[in-house]
Amino acid sequence: MAMVQPRNLKYRVWAARLFLIAFLCLIMFPFLMIISVSFRAGNFATGSLIPTNPSLEHWAMAFGIPWERADGTLMQPTFPVLTWLWNSVKISVVTSTFILLLSTTGAYAFARLRFRFKQGLLQSMMILQMFPAVLALVAFHAIFDKLGNFVPWLGLNTHGAVTIAYLGGVTMNIWLIKGYFESIDNALEESAAIDGATPWQAFRHILLPLSVPILAVVFILAFIGIIGEYPVASVLLQDMDKLTLAVGANQFLNPQNYLWGDFAASAVLTGLPITIIFLIAQRYLVSGLTAGGVKG
Amino acid sequence: MKQPQDAGGVLSGKVVSGNGLKWALVAAIDIALLYIITLMYAQGEIAFALVILLLGSIGTWVFTSEKAYNFRYVYPSLLGVILFVVFPLIYTVNIAFTNYSSTNLLPFERVKQIHLDKTYSSGEEKFALSLYQNNDAYQLELTNTRNHEESYTTQAFTVAQLPGTVSADSAIQAEGDKLAMRDIIQLRSDLRLLTVMLPDESKLVMTSLREFGAMAQLFSEGDNDSLINNQTGDVYHPDHETGFYVSQDGERMAPGFTVYIGWDNFVRVVSDPGIQGPFWKILGWTVTHATLTVMFTLIIGLLLACLVQWEPLKESAIYRVLLILPYAVPAFISILIFRGLFNQNFGEINLVLHNLFGIKPEWFTNEYLAKAMILIVNCWLGYPYMMILTMGLLKAIPEDLYEASAIDGANPLHNLRHITVPMIIKPLIPLLIASFAFNFNNFVLINLLTGGGPNLLDASTPAGATDILVSYTFRIAFGSYGQDFGLASAIAGFIFVIVGFIAWANLKATSKLQEQ
Repeated sequence: MAMVQPRNLKYRVWAARLFLIAFLCLIMFPFLMIISVSFRAGNFATGSLIPTNPSLEHWAMAFGIPWERADGTLMQPTFPVLTWLWNSVKISVVTSTFILLLSTTGAYAFARLRFRFKQGLLQSMMILQMFPAVLALVAFHAIFDKLGNFVPWLGLNTHGAVTIAYLGGVTMNIWLIKGYFESIDNALEESAAIDGATPWQAFRHILLPLSVPILAVVFILAFIGIIGEYPVASVLLQDMDKLTLAVGANQFLNPQNYLWGDFAASAVLTGLPITIIFLIAQRYLVSGLTAGGVKG
Repeated sequence: MKQPQDAGGVLSGKVVSGNGLKWALVAAIDIALLYIITLMYAQGEIAFALVILLLGSIGTWVFTSEKAYNFRYVYPSLLGVILFVVFPLIYTVNIAFTNYSSTNLLPFERVKQIHLDKTYSSGEEKFALSLYQNNDAYQLELTNTRNHEESYTTQAFTVAQLPGTVSADSAIQAEGDKLAMRDIIQLRSDLRLLTVMLPDESKLVMTSLREFGAMAQLFSEGDNDSLINNQTGDVYHPDHETGFYVSQDGERMAPGFTVYIGWDNFVRVVSDPGIQGPFWKILGWTVTHATLTVMFTLIIGLLLACLVQWEPLKESAIYRVLLILPYAVPAFISILIFRGLFNQNFGEINLVLHNLFGIKPEWFTNEYLAKAMILIVNCWLGYPYMMILTMGLLKAIPEDLYEASAIDGANPLHNLRHITVPMIIKPLIPLLIASFAFNFNNFVLINLLTGGGPNLLDASTPAGATDILVSYTFRIAFGSYGQDFGLASAIAGFIFVIVGFIAWANLKATSKLQEQ
């Protein structure tokens, strides 16, 4: 579209460009720094942005490989970073799958079926979802402490307990999927019902195949949310080799034992794949969120 | 008409064959649940047993009755919400009325049992010990110090078995090497966990480095759950107000047990100056922090959104991708990176500041600098979200409005004030409230960045200058200074009310928007 352009447009464009570049430098500073730190020998800040004598010692630590320094001392890895990453991925995949199963069927009922208390249930779920899990941590701790006496794999310090505790996060996803289901024309299922399909068959063979995009979005959203979850995991998990990445990464920066370099390498090692997943998912997320969101 | 009927016949056949499997599955789940319920009931966990019984029977009804067919789809997700959101909330409120804490952690029956299990060395019989080692296995030889003929040797045991009981007999011969005193000293903490049972069923425990002694029950049970100390003859009565066993002299005996104490925890929050002072201070900072974060991130996000959507800026796609990066990195990693960068002595930020201006701010020990640091980091984390939001909203504004204002000779500031802001503010408000609620409870940021510090000095509970309500609650509940779950739950109760209000406001704002 032809806009009316002011005469000083050229200067304005350059001013905007300079501002954006300066802003980007500021934003990128932490990322560049952390990469630089991960290649520096020792756990200190001193050193230039491009390390003068680069060392792979922190990367060896992050991968759990013992490292021999130039002066002959052998350094053992302090933390099982790869185990933490595996724990995080395992818990996230299992929990996201369960969340997907629970919220899809729930959303189907809310979008298509009639039953009593529907509006009330929807509204109360919306309000309940606002309460942060941190507040119920005491209850989670007490509940799983007691449950562990009856079902050992649901006790404190088990991945089962963490997975179960995360299943409360279905409400938001029910809203998302419900919005998407409502955007699909009901006529398809109705005609199937006339042909004699049960509600389950209509759901399984007609609605589900049409909803793959939103299901992918919900899975990714749940996955990302759980990978980054800290409070519940920090209370329920205690053993070093049971921690998730979010809890474990915190161990590096103790004031008494400040392993800045080791943290940097681990952060890049583990943050990079998650970031890439996120960036790939981003495109689908935006379209899926706008398709499912903001519809009563 | 014939065809659908036929199809229906086939389908109903399928349903019937599926029913057998369904019944078997429901029955299997119900049997497993009944087993757990019985276990729980037997151990006195009546609340848990009731909840599972109730939810289990509703589930059975929903999946077997035709009337409840539509509920079959909702029930699993409702179950998730009830079990993992509603039940913990109710449980939290319940805990708020108890003195559940690190000193009163266990139910009454367990505490009584712990006291009854206490023993003391009666001092009647003493046995000198010598220890033999055979590979991993150890054997103790105990000789009565009064008449040296009475001697027993234990069965072989390993350190991994401890704590445990090992029986001893005079007929057993010790194998392996006799250990020197310094080896026994090394093993003393393990040996203290060992109980030796003699053939006459009397038990011996380690009383000193060289001796094992006879052990006797410290308490015997009296009337009305009271306990009588066998050593001194004192009587301890359970006090169900404070949750401790108390002697006649008013002396409390640890550990205590959990009892209901009514509104005490709530009263403490409102009246104890050591809690009330920090509480209001922390509430103030929580609101300030959330408001300022929403404001700053909105301003930065809106500005950037306007810039990257400005047509004359041809290369804006690159900026867009790079600007979203802080949003793509998981928050726990970014926050920890900043914790390192802001470090007083090792951090790069102070290094740069020192080289440029010769200053080294104390980001973590100065209250105001710590708060500033939190806001800086939170803006860095939060602006991309606002940018994405406003980018979407800006696209919806018709171009000809700007065209018309340009003809009228308006500058960008006029456009912003009279076109952009009025056009996007309405759909933005519910999102801003949601963002406010998120930051109101942004536990991960506070806990990973400052841990709440620097600590407030006049507080009777662990409280810090940068603590927000949720992190304050967390520290009371799981902090290193002793855990007070009851008080933490009471404060959580207060936060429920505040968060509930925000949620209600958000719902109102959203539905108002939809009506228009």
